[in-house]
Amino acid sequence: MPKDTGIGASSKRREDVRFLSGRGNYTDDLAMHGQTYAVFVRSNVAHGRIKSIDTSAASKMPGVLAIFTGEDFKDVGGNPAGWLINSRDGTPMREPKRPVLAHGKVRHVGDAYAAVVAETYNQAKDAAQQLADDSEIEELPAIVDMRKAVADPSNRVHDEIPDNLCFDWGWIEDNRAAVDAAFKSAPHITTLELVNNRLVPNAMEPRSSIGEYFPGTGDYKLTTTSQNPHLTRLLVSAFVLGIPENKLTVVAPDVGGGFGSKIYHYGEEALVLAASRKLGRPVRWTAERTESFLTDAHGRDHVTKIEMASTKDGEILAIRTETLANVGAYLSNFSTATPTFLHGTLMAGPYKVPHVYVNVKTVFTNTAPVDAYRGAGRPEATFSIERIVDKMCRELGLDPFEVRRKNLIQPDQFPYTTPVGLVYDTGNYQATLDKLIELADVAGFEGRAAASKAKGKLRGMGLSTWIEACGIAPSNLVGVLGSRVGLYDAATVRVNATGNISVMTGAHSHGQGHETVFAQIVAEKLGIAESSVEIVHGDTSKIPFGMGSYGSRSLAVCGAAMTKAVDKIIAKGKKIAAHMLEASENDIVFADGKFSVAGTDKAKSFGEIAFSAYVPHNYPLETLEPGLEETAFYDPANFTYPAGAYLCEVEVDPETGKVDIASFTCADDFGHVMNPMIVEGQVHGGVGQGIGQALLENTAYDENGQLLTASYMDYAMPRADDVPFYTVDHSCVTPCTHNPLGVKGCGEAGAIGSPPAVVNAVIDALHRGGHTHVKHIDMPVSPSRVWQAING
Amino acid sequence: MHNFDFVKPSSIADAVKALSKEGAQALSGGQTLTPTMKQRLAAPTVLVSLTGIDEMKGVCLGEDGLSIGAATPHAVVAKEAAKHYPALAMLAGGIGDPAVRNRGTIGGSLANNDPAACYPAGVLGSGATVVTNRRKIAADDYFQGMFTTALEEGEIITGVTFPIPEKAAYVKFNQPASRFALTAVFVAKFKDGVRVAVTGASNDGVFRWSEAEKALSGHFAASAVEGLSVSSDGMIGDLHGTPAYRANLVKVLTKRAVAAAQ
Ligand SMILES: Cc1cc2nc3c(=O)[nH]c(=O)nc-3n(C[C@H](O)[C@H](O)[C@H](O)COP(=O)(O)OP(=O)(O)OC[C@H]3O[C@@H](n4cnc5c(N)ncnc54)[C@H](O)[C@@H]3O)c2cc1C
Repeated sequence: MPKDTGIGASSKRREDVRFLSGRGNYTDDLAMHGQTYAVFVRSNVAHGRIKSIDTSAASKMPGVLAIFTGEDFKDVGGNPAGWLINSRDGTPMREPKRPVLAHGKVRHVGDAYAAVVAETYNQAKDAAQQLADDSEIEELPAIVDMRKAVADPSNRVHDEIPDNLCFDWGWIEDNRAAVDAAFKSAPHITTLELVNNRLVPNAMEPRSSIGEYFPGTGDYKLTTTSQNPHLTRLLVSAFVLGIPENKLTVVAPDVGGGFGSKIYHYGEEALVLAASRKLGRPVRWTAERTESFLTDAHGRDHVTKIEMASTKDGEILAIRTETLANVGAYLSNFSTATPTFLHGTLMAGPYKVPHVYVNVKTVFTNTAPVDAYRGAGRPEATFSIERIVDKMCRELGLDPFEVRRKNLIQPDQFPYTTPVGLVYDTGNYQATLDKLIELADVAGFEGRAAASKAKGKLRGMGLSTWIEACGIAPSNLVGVLGSRVGLYDAATVRVNATGNISVMTGAHSHGQGHETVFAQIVAEKLGIAESSVEIVHGDTSKIPFGMGSYGSRSLAVCGAAMTKAVDKIIAKGKKIAAHMLEASENDIVFADGKFSVAGTDKAKSFGEIAFSAYVPHNYPLETLEPGLEETAFYDPANFTYPAGAYLCEVEVDPETGKVDIASFTCADDFGHVMNPMIVEGQVHGGVGQGIGQALLENTAYDENGQLLTASYMDYAMPRADDVPFYTVDHSCVTPCTHNPLGVKGCGEAGAIGSPPAVVNAVIDALHRGGHTHVKHIDMPVSPSRVWQAING
Repeated sequence: MHNFDFVKPSSIADAVKALSKEGAQALSGGQTLTPTMKQRLAAPTVLVSLTGIDEMKGVCLGEDGLSIGAATPHAVVAKEAAKHYPALAMLAGGIGDPAVRNRGTIGGSLANNDPAACYPAGVLGSGATVVTNRRKIAADDYFQGMFTTALEEGEIITGVTFPIPEKAAYVKFNQPASRFALTAVFVAKFKDGVRVAVTGASNDGVFRWSEAEKALSGHFAASAVEGLSVSSDGMIGDLHGTPAYRANLVKVLTKRAVAAAQ
């Protein structure tokens, strides 16, 4: 019987009531008394030297209150990179300053070099246009293509960085010789060059920020679209503006999607704060959609050569990759971690590969900054591995199911130490593969292929067995690897006097459904109704210092902190109950929301204990503080390792090249599942994004660094009719061994595992249709590219 | 968006008068004009709405064929033309999304003449007549290249009259992002011959594929087009498809349209 409440129940998402009825409370919805509007003046060239900005005309325009340029911020700090990477030769990465407003040079189309604040939005727009007209920017040759960027030292994104290289990273450098030796003696080598296409995050809600300054107290408040308000506060305080942390509140109210792009601190946030201080009035800004395209941190953008050494019967002996990773014009906060420790460490996949070596050169270009986007590094690794395994099978005439099965780590080999630095704690990759084969009716494929053929379509099937590392992350480990932050999380459980509960979490929900799932867990643990638990997040003045949500970490890390805090509540409740029931604390048992004396019918309800904690008339005040509120911090002992197997079937129209997803089946192991409906929703969304990357989404810059796909007229987002009805299963469970809930995280899985399944299916369809010359098609596998490949 | 005045006349005469003012511009469904104004690429001082003029709205079967008021939204055409001219109704029902179809109009689409729009193919493929406040313009004379038409200053489309063919079909291949036509073909078989109009493909906007018309007028079957080849000269090349790809689509979609014609 499925449960209808608590852990494991598909409780309906309580937040959807307000989201779906238009009662959400997003940053742009908040009206402020005396508010003013900021509009940014953005570069329309990819690379240029700022010669002059004449503010005289704009500053006299109606309603204009203030104008800011890079000059105003040249003495404040820069927006830092959160992760230090060392190059193979031991030298630290190059870290150019990322100013609030561009100063001296503009480095990508959309780079803001000035801002206008005015009484109304239209007045600010008018003045910004005037300011743009009155700015002289000398256009410099744009650096767009990564290969040219590293080859031509004369043209530099940052004048102080000669070869446009941020770092040249080897993982693991000491293993390189052994890997090369394995290739020398290998019976078969498969080689593949591929592009992991750049993606624009496209959160439904564009970025938006409101700065407020309170002259009476000297306090600041930033209301902003953030996935992690404490991190933003830390960055603004300690690095950029120097506002003391205790004088700055950061609030992220309802946030309409982030997918990574709202992890980072952006210059617009610092600008509205600084401007509010200058004007003594609230200053607000909301991105127009074009600004989102041009300035949200993009995702992916790798060019990779991967080689795989194997035996003739498909046993993988070694993997070697060389990647150019585009970091864009500036280092966004986690841009250096994404192509390295979230990518190279996954390059063994779910396989027993003895030798792996990864080289990543991260390159500056005159394009928007690139950072973590749903999956972040792990989709890039998975795509490379799963594509080359498929290519190897094709070259050797082997069955892709059998080759994967042969190479998968066996269930009895856990914990398993990979050659790229991770210890997978638990898993059963055979189980998910078996489940997939059954659910996807692989046996019936030939029949379906024949039916497709009768319609003039080519049917193909593509497999991907994927693994990822999430539940980010053990602080001491990431510290050794270069992280400049800790990656614990925190929760406070406050039992109110009347027995209902407020839970303050460091994790931030921007669509995931924390308000529902976290309440389910607390309710189950305390034996009370879900409706008695309220989840509070997103306001640094209310919540404990947590690190926010990304890297599929909320449940595995913050959920663990919350569970620990609940345990502390129960422990204290037992002490109170022991006093009230005149029993020994050791004899008190807590079950079904009641504290009782073991073996008797003497009991106090949870509500009675709560009341007593706040009205402590009959209470052990000599030994116990009143109140019932506990905070816990939790730092994970390891990453978590969700894994699974995906199968995509496509139909290709050989005359037009159009690919239709005929079916998509997922068999995942996410550990224990707290709310199946929400987990399935996360997989649907993730796979939808993966299908978007595989078939539709193309972020194209021309050679002058102009973004050709800066609107939905040219940037193709997946729509409902681009994706199939998914078959999703999460019944194979190997619980995580090191967090109290046994959970692994499911937010990114779909986006990680799905792109190679789609592309493998297209290649399979073409081969079955006789187009065996097609070895690879770069994503997005658009109709024209497929047609070109067939006819090329 | 810049400030503007807004008027909503109830007769063609009043609309024409309002449009004679300096800086005035016609507003029909606003699906093209409003986004352009929001991007500050257009800044009319007066918007003259055409949607309050009864004589410019509705679908009506008459002796010359099916007449559609210029201010009739796509959704109404999709519904009301279905009985009389299913291919045209299908074309209208495949434009954009429900919100676009509820506001966007046939007159606005034809005045705009986007090279990837659907109606131009339906109008040219049907050999329809564009009716304005001044004259009647044959489809063959009306379309004059991308975003260019025979309309003169101050002239507005009031309606379009479609002769009804024996069989017709519109087959559209979506541009993946905008879902305008990457290429689309309208085929119409009349007693005295076949017309084939192609949109989305050419740098010159909508055009008739005369070789196919000739072949199909002899023998109305997909096989009649098989031996023909389409040159990629003058075809649009962009992110979504090369000229050669579009040339291929012209032929593939023509065959499909012939097969689908009813
Ligand atoms: C999301 C989206 C998707 C779309 N998809 C498609 C598609 O798949 N296929 C397609 O064909 N179109 C598509 N369109 C365009 C849509 O069909 C519009 O309706 C059409 O382009 C313009 O019609 P309108 O009534 O909105 O005109 P408006 O935007 O009001 O006007 C457009 C122009 O025509 C002028 N004008 C309007 N009416 C007249 C008239 N009667 N006489 C003279 N001039 C006039 C206006 O002054 C203006 O210059 C799409 C639009 C959107 C927003």
